[in-house]
Amino acid sequence: MIFTVLIPLLLACFVPFISKFKHKIHTGTVIFFIPLAIFFYFIQFIGSGFEPIRHTYSWIPSLGINFDFYLDGLSLLFVLLISGIGALVVLYSVYYLDRSEPLGHFYVYLLMFMSAMLGVVLSDNVFVLYTFWELTSISSFLLIGYWHFKEKSRYGALKSMIITIFGGLSMFGGFALLSVISGTTSIQTMIANADVILDNPYMPLALGFILLGAFTKSAQFPFHIWLPDAMEAPTPVSAYLHSATMVKAGLYLVARFSMIFGSYEWFFIIVSIAGIVTLCWASYMAVHQTDLKAILAFSTISQLGMIMAMLGFGTKAAVFAAVFHILNHATFKGSLFMVAGTVDHETGTRDIRKLGGLLTFMPITATLALFGTFSMAGIPLPFLNGFYSKELFFESTLDLEGGASGIAGFLIDVIPYLAVFGSIFTFVYALYFLFGTFGGKTQLDKLVKKPHEAPIGMLVSPGILVLGVILIGLFPSAVNGTFIAHAAEAVYGEPITKDVHFWHGWDSPAFQMSLVVVGLGALLVTTRRKWNGIYQVFPGKLSVNKVYDTIMGKLNAYSRTITTFYMSGSLRNYMAIILSTILVVTVGFMLATDGFTIDFGNLAPITFIELTVVLIIIASAIGTIFAKKNLAVILIVGVAGYGVSLLFLIYRAPDLALTQLVVETVSVALFLLCFYHLPDLKRLHAPLSTRTTNLIISVGFGALMTLVGISAHSSSWFETISDYFIETSKPIGGGSNIVNVILVDMRGLDTLFEITVLGIAALAIYTLIKFKTDKGGK
Amino acid sequence: MYKPNDLIFRTTTSLIAFILLGFSIYLLLAGHNSPGGGFIGGLMTSAAIILMYMAYGSDILRKILPVNYRMLIPTGLLIAAGTGIGSFLFQQPFLSHTYNHFHLPVFGDLELATAMLFDFGVYFTVLGVTVTIILSIAEDR
Repeated sequence: MIFTVLIPLLLACFVPFISKFKHKIHTGTVIFFIPLAIFFYFIQFIGSGFEPIRHTYSWIPSLGINFDFYLDGLSLLFVLLISGIGALVVLYSVYYLDRSEPLGHFYVYLLMFMSAMLGVVLSDNVFVLYTFWELTSISSFLLIGYWHFKEKSRYGALKSMIITIFGGLSMFGGFALLSVISGTTSIQTMIANADVILDNPYMPLALGFILLGAFTKSAQFPFHIWLPDAMEAPTPVSAYLHSATMVKAGLYLVARFSMIFGSYEWFFIIVSIAGIVTLCWASYMAVHQTDLKAILAFSTISQLGMIMAMLGFGTKAAVFAAVFHILNHATFKGSLFMVAGTVDHETGTRDIRKLGGLLTFMPITATLALFGTFSMAGIPLPFLNGFYSKELFFESTLDLEGGASGIAGFLIDVIPYLAVFGSIFTFVYALYFLFGTFGGKTQLDKLVKKPHEAPIGMLVSPGILVLGVILIGLFPSAVNGTFIAHAAEAVYGEPITKDVHFWHGWDSPAFQMSLVVVGLGALLVTTRRKWNGIYQVFPGKLSVNKVYDTIMGKLNAYSRTITTFYMSGSLRNYMAIILSTILVVTVGFMLATDGFTIDFGNLAPITFIELTVVLIIIASAIGTIFAKKNLAVILIVGVAGYGVSLLFLIYRAPDLALTQLVVETVSVALFLLCFYHLPDLKRLHAPLSTRTTNLIISVGFGALMTLVGISAHSSSWFETISDYFIETSKPIGGGSNIVNVILVDMRGLDTLFEITVLGIAALAIYTLIKFKTDKGGK
Repeated sequence: MYKPNDLIFRTTTSLIAFILLGFSIYLLLAGHNSPGGGFIGGLMTSAAIILMYMAYGSDILRKILPVNYRMLIPTGLLIAAGTGIGSFLFQQPFLSHTYNHFHLPVFGDLELATAMLFDFGVYFTVLGVTVTIILSIAEDR
């Protein structure tokens, strides 16, 4: 099974070689056979006696991350959708994309996506699932931005990337939690141990994270905003990714994990609310759109919401209806996208206000659209599969189980009404789409090209999908027993047998709801112009897009503000930040651990001469602060340096005193050498507050260092090792100057690197001076 | 820095510079047993050289002491590192030192230590560093 998942990815490597010959043969015609082969490989598993299949290939066994592939009814449904619609989309794209386009890129991305999607639905290992999940996000990003010279494409691609990766990462968190809780990375083992997971206090957190991932991917409210913008992608991509496959990955995830979380009440509440709100909001908004693909995008969102709601209900009827509608939606929505693409391709516009009356020019396309839209609207005709799943949806809203009180109880009462509301608008936009494009008057002057019927190759793929719509509509039980029942069983856990047939009788409540939908919907369609003004009132200026744009804009603005605040470019500020951080952290740590110990017990007596030298040093240190001229500062620093050298002498360190004397002289001389080049000493004309802060920080830092020094002296933990040096200097080192023996013999390595430091400094100074370039930096 | 009428300065420099050079060699050699050593010796030698530079200018200095001071830096580092590596020849860890007493015809009993070689490395490096820094800054006009 690993080969079927990875074959598209492997063959994608050869696409550049094929597309070299694209002037002779369209790349897509070669690619076409890949999804077709996968489709025919998986179609053999269809049948009433199907049992789940499992294959394992090691990847990272030490972390429990392996390519575990698991094919059950649900995976099979998705795999067939991915490969089947994939093949049709590739066929469609052969006629849709011109050979002057970068075809190699397109098919590489598409095959990458196909591989990723197959991996998502077949993986049994959560981390492998996550890997493929992110690969779908990335390839979808590449496909949306396919026409990257268009600004809107880039905007849409970025938006979808940010939102889906945001969800993907939170999903990863959920998976990590789940695998820690259950101690396994396999989904099937988790399902088997569902009670352990449900008892864990962290379970709601894991559920929330996973649902966030599913909602962002499946464009649930309020994360639906990326989908309409993703319509900037080429139409085959929209048909494939954004109607039939990728957006259903979230549904797949919820369906897969409903075996674990299904019995938890909040799962029902969250998923149902998200689904039903999405259904109503998106179907309401779809009527307001003017772009054909935007209508379809909102329609996709609302249908996904409907399926999500049914998965949330979790009853037998609902699960069956959800799985059934996944299949139905993929057939009619795929065909509708292709129809929209054909119209765009043949007229040069997708704006529904410019279109109209195309029936006479494009009769075949119009017929295909008719079946697609009627099926989407759920019109009660016995040859449209959309009607069956809508009917089942109504049925499932009516027989909800669960707590009769609280939020759940309220939901159970409200959901049927909301379902009818959403379906009415579904009916409205479906017919609006159909009649706005193909009905009414032709406005030839507004069209870019003169419309004509599409080439036959462009009609094959939507034709096959519409054929699927009709065949499932005529023989629902044919797919039911062999196919849908297995998928529903994989979601629900027990075999679900449901008899799908057209006529339930006048007294069936679901049928009455359908009649209400058709009646009210027809009324609303005919009077659409009169009530269209309601969109000015609600949502009016409210939009989730605006929230997104504001968040992104503010994020940029705030991070820039913060960065410019602390990355001021002024070394003085950085110094203040560094010193005050050290001050706060050290003082806090010392106070918390009671680290300051002040003990004056073992101090030596102070002599008069020490006191004099120290006073001179202090005086010169203060002098440097208040001196007004550069020269004065240099000289006073020299005084301090000679004072230190005197201290060394008093404390019987002749080597140090000598070195300090000469080094101080050299550095004063260097200062004087640079004296002419130095700018005038600028007094800090900072406001009083800055100067006060500087004063506080410097005095505080000095006080801290004093305290630390005193504490370090007050508490000696170990005996000094200097006795060893004194004893062994002569016998081992062969010299009586202990300092020098330590420097060159006992710890010669330090000295070796210190002289290396000196050498590097000298070479650096030499380079800086001798190899000056012009200001241009040549 | 270089003025035509500084006879006293030049005359005293020619005396003092030799005293300084001698003192610096003393500091270098005596370092093992009394205050001094490679570091301070190197600094002292460079002080003498700088003094000569101030009195006579760079042209004459180059004639008296035709040394490439920059080359002294790697030379000194090589000597210091070489004494360290040399201990490998005697199956000893890096930078192990030893010393012994020798009877030489002129000097009599003399204690020679390998640490002295290391000090020479330090000496040359410090000398090279100081003179390079000061001369390159001073000549940068």
